[in-house]
Amino acid sequence: MTDTATLESIRNTVESHDVVLYMKGTPLFPQCGFSSLVSRVLQHMGVEYHSVNVLEDMDVREGIKVYSDWPTIPQLYVKGEFIGGCDIVKEMYETGELKAFFDEKGIEAA
Amino acid sequence: MPMAADDIARLIRDALPDAHVEIEDLAGDGDHYRATVISPAFAGLPRVKQHQLVYNALGTRMGGELHALALITRTP
Repeated sequence: MTDTATLESIRNTVESHDVVLYMKGTPLFPQCGFSSLVSRVLQHMGVEYHSVNVLEDMDVREGIKVYSDWPTIPQLYVKGEFIGGCDIVKEMYETGELKAFFDEKGIEAA
Repeated sequence: MPMAADDIARLIRDALPDAHVEIEDLAGDGDHYRATVISPAFAGLPRVKQHQLVYNALGTRMGGELHALALITRTP
């Protein structure tokens, strides 16, 4: 069960950083191909982001799925807004939408 | 337990009856799939909402017995 304290702490995290990636593992040592792909997209675009390794906290690992009503990890948040998982980030990157989106949000991206 | 491709397609069609659903078994292991779902129900919805409609159709299986499902959603 996910308690309100966990959801509150997630809200606090996604609202205190412009770009937050919930992932399995870390950008340096990703432990899942999908998480790895999203973190590499962000790195490639030169976007500064805060990452949260859900494997280190079972409450966050389950809580983040409730928070966004999204069943899988990774999950990307920009300015507190849930953007999507691996498929959506990949598609937005390939179509150039992701760059346009970061520009619109005033986040530096190449 | 992995899921059969037909079961995935059936669950999606149950929730989105007018959808065209294609399932590919990416690794041939019954565990890594790609679903392409084309439905008029997606019209005007952002991608996150489109994918949520499909995830909701799969319920708790997604992220559980269904480990990896790459998802592409389109309108007809």
